[in-house]
Amino acid sequence: MSEVERRRPLSPHLQVYRPMLTMMMSIVHRITGAALYVGALLLVYYLVAAANGPGSFATAAWLYGSIVGQIILFGFTWALLHHLLGGVRHAIWDTGYGMDHPAREYLAQGTAVGGITLTAVVWALVYLMH
Amino acid sequence: MANDPGSLRTALGRVRFLGSAKSGTHHAWHMRVTSVALVPLSILFVWLVASLVGKDYNAVRAMFADRFMPATVMILFIATSAYHMMLGMQTIIEDYVHNEIVKTWSIMGNLLFSIMVGFAGLFAVLKLSLT
Repeated sequence: MSEVERRRPLSPHLQVYRPMLTMMMSIVHRITGAALYVGALLLVYYLVAAANGPGSFATAAWLYGSIVGQIILFGFTWALLHHLLGGVRHAIWDTGYGMDHPAREYLAQGTAVGGITLTAVVWALVYLMH
Repeated sequence: MANDPGSLRTALGRVRFLGSAKSGTHHAWHMRVTSVALVPLSILFVWLVASLVGKDYNAVRAMFADRFMPATVMILFIATSAYHMMLGMQTIIEDYVHNEIVKTWSIMGNLLFSIMVGFAGLFAVLKLSLT
């Protein structure tokens, strides 16, 4: 890094801003994205176990059937649906709409509430079917 | 490479008219294309996961072997997600990792991890459906 580059001012980071919903949703979008990145291993593990044979499938099925496994699956579903809604929100913003107040607040609230609601609906249906 | 400390020439001024790297917007564009594709694919994927809950080995095998839809959805979802998550993680790395060597290795690791996850998943689905 040269002297000129070292002396360049940096933009202020997260800690100087008052927390706001749109900002929290932006952070959560990135966190859920990173979580899904790791969570992809869970899906691949299940599929590889099933492809491997009955023995390894039984282990995977036991794991995902356990309380801890169910909580992880619930969290994975929430992260996916939240990230999905966040992506739709960003797609709306990409067109130039919904960036003014209060539209952006409604979109942020919709993402937060929608993610939790859809996850609850999906798992309620799963348990009702069994 | 770096500017002479006393020079008033900006970095932009030094590289101007030397030509672009020819990859200006492809990352952002591919992110959007995969995002759009993943909207219906994720909904179908969640539905698929929900219908896999509690199924035993034979039922899962039968689901992938007998029907066209589950395997197709899974293959498209895995391929698109692997690329999408590779792009997304690269953005995260570029935002937070400033050390040039660590950044290069991280981006390489990200690429290899995403390819590994993607191909392992694809191979498993193909084996489930075709054997």
